Amino acid sequence: MKLSGWGRYPIIDAEMTAPRSIEDISKRVQTGNAIARGNGRSYGDSAVSATNTIHMKHFNRILAFDDQSGQLVAEAGVLLADVIDAFLERGWFPSVTPGTKFVTLGGMIAVDVHGKNHHKDGSFASYVDWIDVMVADGSVQRCSRTENTELFDWTIGGMGLTGVIIRAAVRLRQVSSAWIAQHTIVADNIAHAIQIFEQSNDATYSVAWIDCLQQGSALGRSLIMLGEHAKVADVPSKYRKSPLSIARKSKRNIPINFPSWALNTYSVRMFNALYYWRGKQGPERQVVDWDSYFYPLDAILGWNKIYGRRGFAQFQCVLPIDHAEQGMSELLTEISNAGAGSFLAVLKRFGKQSSNFSFPMEGYTLALDFPVNKRTLALMKRLDNITIKHGGRFYLAKDSRMSRDVFHQSDPRAQEYEQYRQGNSSGEAFMSSQSERLKF
Amino acid sequence: MTKNTVLILGARSDIAMASAHRFAKAGYDIQLAARNANDLSVDSNDIELRHQVSVSLHEFDALEIQSHETFVDNLPQLPTVAVCAVGFMGAQDESEQDISAAARVMRSNFEGPASILAVLANKFEQRGSGCIVGISSVAGDRGRATNYVYGSAKAGFTAFLSGLRNRLAKKGVHVMTVLPGFVATKMTEGMDLPAKLTAEPDELADAIYQAMTQGKNTIYRRRVWYVIMMIIRNIPESIFKKLKL
Repeated sequence: MKLSGWGRYPIIDAEMTAPRSIEDISKRVQTGNAIARGNGRSYGDSAVSATNTIHMKHFNRILAFDDQSGQLVAEAGVLLADVIDAFLERGWFPSVTPGTKFVTLGGMIAVDVHGKNHHKDGSFASYVDWIDVMVADGSVQRCSRTENTELFDWTIGGMGLTGVIIRAAVRLRQVSSAWIAQHTIVADNIAHAIQIFEQSNDATYSVAWIDCLQQGSALGRSLIMLGEHAKVADVPSKYRKSPLSIARKSKRNIPINFPSWALNTYSVRMFNALYYWRGKQGPERQVVDWDSYFYPLDAILGWNKIYGRRGFAQFQCVLPIDHAEQGMSELLTEISNAGAGSFLAVLKRFGKQSSNFSFPMEGYTLALDFPVNKRTLALMKRLDNITIKHGGRFYLAKDSRMSRDVFHQSDPRAQEYEQYRQGNSSGEAFMSSQSERLKF
Repeated sequence: MTKNTVLILGARSDIAMASAHRFAKAGYDIQLAARNANDLSVDSNDIELRHQVSVSLHEFDALEIQSHETFVDNLPQLPTVAVCAVGFMGAQDESEQDISAAARVMRSNFEGPASILAVLANKFEQRGSGCIVGISSVAGDRGRATNYVYGSAKAGFTAFLSGLRNRLAKKGVHVMTVLPGFVATKMTEGMDLPAKLTAEPDELADAIYQAMTQGKNTIYRRRVWYVIMMIIRNIPESIFKKLKL
């Protein structure tokens, strides 16, 4: 069948099975070149193996919840949306969440997702207590910070290449409302944005939307959105009686692929101007519901279709803190000069790296989407080079098109990971189209 | 007011399990009935954790019809709603050659489901309330060479449900017939089904729950199957018999 990631590029003709028992997964693993797949939300080819993709949709059960510690035990295929559905009303929320709730627990661990609180709370790794991993010989091994520690450290962020994540125990955080008190700050340019981030290190959540088509003194003008879990007293009065209840909204759907011309410099420029203006004119402080704050794009199901039939690619890199301002300026100048449109440009301050092969490092990350075509692929190559020059690296969950050289230049940890994998035969047992392309 | 309870018959199937989740989401307590019911403890635990309802497991064999009366009497309480998801497709070529295999398909899709629903219907009638949801199939709308053994049993079940509905309409008991087209379940695993015509179990479960609350009599899912089956039913037999369907 044809398989791809959320970016719908590349599309790969792949064999996929959806086992229903541990024994069946074990059989699949032992045929080799296996990769587990969750809800297909990594952007590229991370969760695709041409010969042996293992869909985990039948392993989606919640196994236990401890309402004292907030520890949730669940099978790898459980959706984050379902976790929120079940536990937010009881006062618990994911400790770390990516920008979509349509990810699985296994996927979140495999790519070690980060959220808007990375600068403060670290990545998902910090909240994983233990993982049951099916390794190369088909047996299931429990790993944690005290048991099978090497397997634990390589599995978190290991892109599914240490084994199939079967189930895990993770911590939720206690919240008193389903609302976020948001504070929007306007930054005139990239230097200003970084300055605001550095002054906002105490904020629980922080992220910036960045207008990537500006130039000169407005290069990198952005809206920085800080957030805190709202106290009950701050919840809009209409909802104060049940501050944890989930405000349900109707979802819009993108029914068809947009034609490729729909997204161009002009439409993006117009969108960005409107968005910036709205942010600037809008209230500086407001209280918003969890769904709109954390998952604005989830409200538009199938938004990946606005990039048309050819799909899109996301560029996401992180630059070390001492190169951030200079490096980001160079990246933004390159993007702006190319006039390549991206509605969704996001800038964020990161804290330290968590596990062996995690993407984040102390510094700044920039993420933007491009429709896939020759021009944008060439642009992304130039962005790759700028990133490497400044000692940065790339987020594999978003990658679909990087070259092997670029990857290895940017990430010397890959070699160490490859050695680890060869040392325990997970090298033959597990493989994704991405690991084959990038060789790790 | 006591809590609503739904009895799910043939609980191991994907459609049954999705239905259990959907009713639990609406606050129903759940009774899961299946063979080797204890194997379903992880699923029942999952439903309890997600939806904060209570779930009980009950040993049930649709083919042992003499046990059905006792089965219902032994339930901790007579459910508000009963959903029958019992079914078995078998392999058509096997059913053609082996009469006992054919009988098993017929009994699993007609005799067994009709028997247990007959018992429940009488109890619901006595109580003067309740809802019976029977999951039949579009395959019962017209016999086709590729699955007429299964289809004929489903046709029988569909007719049974319609008769039951007619009988109980004035007795406060509602009967709903569900006619799914393709559904992505264990039963259809490995078949190359057209995505646009194939429902996910969750989607079907949601439709069942919604339709039940609206008091619908018969639903097709996905809806397009209503049109497809109307066409199929109306092809003249002289032409139909020559078609490959």
